[in-house]
Amino acid sequence: MDADGIRLELRQSGPVALDVALEVGAGELVALVGPSGSGKTTVLRNIAGLQSPGSGFIRHRDESWFDPDRGIDVDTQRRRIGFVFQDYALFPHLDTLSNVTIALGHLEPAERAVEARALLEKVNLGGLERRLPAQLSGGQRQRVALARALAREPNILLLDEPFSAVDRVTRGKLQQELALLRTSIRTPILLVTHDLDEAMMLADRLYVLHRGTTLQNGKPAEVFRYPRNALVARLVGHRNIFSATVLGHDPERGLTQIRWQGQKLELELNTAPPPGDEVDWVIHPAHIIMHRRDRPSFGERENPVHGHVAELLEFGETALVGLAVDGDDGRLLRFSVSRHSARRNRLEPGAAVSVSILAEGIHLMPRGG
Amino acid sequence: MALAPLAIFLGRLLAWGDFRGKSLLEAMIALPLVLPPTVLGFYLLEGFGAASTLGGWYHALTGRQLVFSFDGLLLASVIFNLPFAIQPMQRAFEAIPHNIREAAWCCGLSRFEALWRVEFPLAWPGAVSALALTFAHTLGEFGVVLMVGGNIEGETKTIAIAIYDRVQAFDNYTAGIMSAMLLLFSMVAIGCVYRLSRRSGYDGR
Repeated sequence: MDADGIRLELRQSGPVALDVALEVGAGELVALVGPSGSGKTTVLRNIAGLQSPGSGFIRHRDESWFDPDRGIDVDTQRRRIGFVFQDYALFPHLDTLSNVTIALGHLEPAERAVEARALLEKVNLGGLERRLPAQLSGGQRQRVALARALAREPNILLLDEPFSAVDRVTRGKLQQELALLRTSIRTPILLVTHDLDEAMMLADRLYVLHRGTTLQNGKPAEVFRYPRNALVARLVGHRNIFSATVLGHDPERGLTQIRWQGQKLELELNTAPPPGDEVDWVIHPAHIIMHRRDRPSFGERENPVHGHVAELLEFGETALVGLAVDGDDGRLLRFSVSRHSARRNRLEPGAAVSVSILAEGIHLMPRGG
Repeated sequence: MALAPLAIFLGRLLAWGDFRGKSLLEAMIALPLVLPPTVLGFYLLEGFGAASTLGGWYHALTGRQLVFSFDGLLLASVIFNLPFAIQPMQRAFEAIPHNIREAAWCCGLSRFEALWRVEFPLAWPGAVSALALTFAHTLGEFGVVLMVGGNIEGETKTIAIAIYDRVQAFDNYTAGIMSAMLLLFSMVAIGCVYRLSRRSGYDGR
């Protein structure tokens, strides 16, 4: 743990149940990801001191912000945090410049306007100092909120769905600006979002939150590739989640074999579950390769799976295919091909199709969760 | 004027507070709206009288009486104007989103600074309409004033009562002049108040 960061554990049974353990290091951008109602905003509010958990602790460096055993619950004002609210919560009666200077109370009055202008320049808002929030676009408001949050040189920057209220083009631009901004500050940043792609793009690490409980944390790509259980897999957007039985391990060939709906699949050796164990497994669509229908070719021996097209959805330049696997209970194996390839192979609902499930793409998880 | 700080305090308390007895307090504040002025006046008379606890204290403290005096009239005004002052303030404070206040704290503003620099400017239109309503209501109040203040020249005689007096004495000419003055004064005062609120720049949305 970086000594400059923030560390916390929050536990309570209501009104929002919490069981959260979380760290954000200096210079680190951590995303807190989860569906609506999972308690993401509650976690931020607890860190800000706007509400207090039943038990746990919040520590910044060696300073305690919350410690019920010692009767410590530091005021919001004295935690010195920067908070960008989901709807920005700008002060509607103050112009852009005043919205920032009001957070610069720690400076001499003469320096405040200078510093505020510098901050507005930093978020690309130079020249709009005299506008009221009502006269700004959504993206501009977000920038004011960010400048205001940075004004106190905060111990931690808390961003609550900061990109959700703007259109897609603006969102992309703001995300890039945040990525650029964080190269110039050491402030720990905690970003709350329900958008996985956003977390993948921006975060060094992410925490998956579900019903107030942190289920897994790690580098975004790792969490996505190796979810801890079926629940995490679902939460990070996987749709190909199935159950199987471990048949055995073959260390010599470096393979583990599982039985799924009456057929045998091979994957890279994973001796964690003993033979006979019930497991869940997950596969990303990128690791499902469709066989050409007109002429079978080699390289189709890897975990061949046969079925027929149950769903076909053209989605821009790609075609999303839902394959009803022979002998399966009706849950679909989903993958995508280019629209061009779908046409050439004459994919249509009901058509018989074979695919290979690449061994390297299969990830086993313990059953349950 | 004496009512303003009380109205701000109670309005804010009612808008954001969540405490036991909130409904009871709200109901009590709203009572003067529905009670006939004479009923309110009667209870105030009883409550302020030298024989009552409150009246006794006041007499012991200042050597003056609450009943039939300017002091008592002022206190009575505060009480019967409560709903007119507090309800607009309460609505105005309620209209400020919670997170605006929290954003102020996150900016390092103390609770008092947040109230003074953020909440109050935003509640200003509500304060203005509270002021206007209270003012208009005070000028027009008749029943309670007559009950508590009596009708003592130079002490508790309000214009409204003076007009009533003149009409009773068939002095319609003087009554007419006083009525016209009251009308004009009210118009000008309320007009000024509304104008001020519009010029405050922030129109509430």
